[in-house]
Amino acid sequence: MFWKMVFGALGRQRGKHIGIALTVALGVSLATAMLGVMFDVGDKVNQELKSYGANLNIVPRGGSMAGDKYEFEEGGKEGLANLIPEAELYKIKMIFWAYNIVDFAPYLEVQVMPAGAQGAPAGLPGRPAQGGHAHTADHPMHAGNGNHAGHGDHAGGIPNGEGALEAPAQGRGAPGGITLIGTWFRKELKLPTGEEVETGMIPLKSWWKLNGEPGDDSDANGVLVGRDVADRLKLSPGDAFPVITPKGERLELKVRGVFSSGGEEDSQVFSPMALAQNAAGLPGMVGRVEASALTTPENELSRRAARNPDSLSQLEKDTWYCTAYISSIAYQIEEALPGVRVKPVMRVAESEGPILEKTQLMMVLLTALTLLSSALAISNLVTANIMERSVEIGLMKALGASNFSVALLILCEMLLVGALGGVLGYLAGLGLARLIGLSVFGEAVVVPGEVLPLSALMVLIVVFAGSIPALRSILRLRPTEVLHGR
Amino acid sequence: MTNLMEIEHVSMIYGPLKALSDISLSIPKGQWLAIMGPSGSGKTTLMNIMGCLDTQSEGELTLDGMVLGKLGPEGLTAIRREAIGLIFQQFHLVGYLTALENVMVAQYYHSMVDESEALEALDRVGLAERADHLPSQLSGGEQQRVCIARALINHPKLILADEPTGNLDEANERMVMDILHKLHQAGSTIVVVTHAPEVAEHADRVIVLEHGRLISDTLTKGNGQGEGNAKAVGKAVDADKPEVEEDPSIQEAAPA
Repeated sequence: MFWKMVFGALGRQRGKHIGIALTVALGVSLATAMLGVMFDVGDKVNQELKSYGANLNIVPRGGSMAGDKYEFEEGGKEGLANLIPEAELYKIKMIFWAYNIVDFAPYLEVQVMPAGAQGAPAGLPGRPAQGGHAHTADHPMHAGNGNHAGHGDHAGGIPNGEGALEAPAQGRGAPGGITLIGTWFRKELKLPTGEEVETGMIPLKSWWKLNGEPGDDSDANGVLVGRDVADRLKLSPGDAFPVITPKGERLELKVRGVFSSGGEEDSQVFSPMALAQNAAGLPGMVGRVEASALTTPENELSRRAARNPDSLSQLEKDTWYCTAYISSIAYQIEEALPGVRVKPVMRVAESEGPILEKTQLMMVLLTALTLLSSALAISNLVTANIMERSVEIGLMKALGASNFSVALLILCEMLLVGALGGVLGYLAGLGLARLIGLSVFGEAVVVPGEVLPLSALMVLIVVFAGSIPALRSILRLRPTEVLHGR
Repeated sequence: MTNLMEIEHVSMIYGPLKALSDISLSIPKGQWLAIMGPSGSGKTTLMNIMGCLDTQSEGELTLDGMVLGKLGPEGLTAIRREAIGLIFQQFHLVGYLTALENVMVAQYYHSMVDESEALEALDRVGLAERADHLPSQLSGGEQQRVCIARALINHPKLILADEPTGNLDEANERMVMDILHKLHQAGSTIVVVTHAPEVAEHADRVIVLEHGRLISDTLTKGNGQGEGNAKAVGKAVDADKPEVEEDPSIQEAAPA
């Protein structure tokens, strides 16, 4: 009988119940989408942050800072220990958290001089302005266009501090010289597993503004020229310009594009790796690597691990190792490439946590507001429904129905309507989350399974909360007020 | 004879308005009582109090020895469920339930649903064949008969009918009155609120209210006290009416 009454009422007031179901659906769809985005926003924000630069610097163990990293005896084999073999870089994509390494690019710097400019090129890559290696460090700058003073900051020596680690090393060396940096623009890397991954500098520097063609690893002499260099040498895409390598060789470089990074890279020139290696006389070696990894925001455990991994218990260490903290990823890269040190760019890593927390807080607040508005709308609809059925409810009470049994009847109706709305809302929410992901992050948001029970809980909360005023009016309803029609 | 209901000095006050004023009345078991009076005289208010739908402001009410004033809302609900059968002028059937299901609703809130018993109740009012019809598919008279079947289904001690023929044509009015007659003959205690003298004349006793006061209490039938004014205005009148033997004919189908 109970269910006959429930379904009878649902069928009779189909239009109103569909309205309630749609209101629930609207609220749940928004809340599901918000929750989906909230759960997935970590990865998405991570990816967004990755587009603003690398968060890991991989340097040879012998060189601690960007400017020191090529330190080796001139011509001496032992110096190669302070470089990283290019052939081993694939190992970065073989670590436990390989899939979290979204991109990496190696760099090798060499100082070259524009042909025709007075003075010799800087010595072997590394510390051209320091000590005996810097053949041209004392040379006055004679670049010919007179604006070299504007680059004096770069020429003065080696940048210090982590800022230098975030980007390819600054243009430095002899006045008038050019820092030529070999890199992978966009390289297909074959892993021993047979898998192929694409990596390189272009995805790492997605915010650069480029005039002309993007870099191409197969274009042996094609280079990307920083805006400052292009201004100084009056270069445009398509121009060719000769440079003198540290070995005194003349190279014809072709400008594929002129980029503007807004940073120190504007005074640098980027070439395919092989060109820089040949110019430096260091085939198969790279100076350092920048990597961009999706990471879990730092917490106390990761900070303790970063200070001293040995201070952790075995369980803590396992937890840390199996969590994508930037410190554990760095640790794993060092395991894979024993000759390197991996330095997290903490400024990026540490900003992720607060950004993520704020974004998630915003999502939670939006979800709560959505649910609140849904509950209010449902409250109005259910109350209107109850008012319309006041005679029926009064009759039930007159026939001996207790407040509880009438309230149970109405709640069951609302729960069924809510369930229908919840299912519709959940499905719509999945679509909405996808839409939000595509429009905001350029990639669909994957709504995790945990959202389903949460959505069900939201339906319960919204339906109960929305029904409270109606239930109160049921409790207050006196049959005498509605049955006699006078 | 035993009184089913005792009303002692009952008043109902709504703010400055005294809807009922010091009403005292005894209703013997098996009596058919008609309450008459002009609009606003307090008929429905009195019926609501008798039906445990409302609680008096003053005075006391007992039903079959149970003092109703001591019961809270849930207790009064239980009394309605167990002991009262209500018939309304506007029928008040649940629109999305069939005639049979409307009868079963009263069973559901009383105890257990018994479809055959509900069908039997419909049969008693001549609607067994229309058991599966929705109220919208029934005439006014048929709806009122469903309402009567619903009122009877739990074998109430007291049947309260508020203008039961108020919305019916003459033919249907006759049918409904026949059913009430049969119920009365079967021993049911019936209280009918009505404007219509032709309805009231079926009753054993007629009381008249005016401005909330009992101005007339007349035994019209039975027990030699029959017709005439009892002139028991404002005080209790015991109407000695003999117990009526249960009439097996009430079990038969009522006229369609």
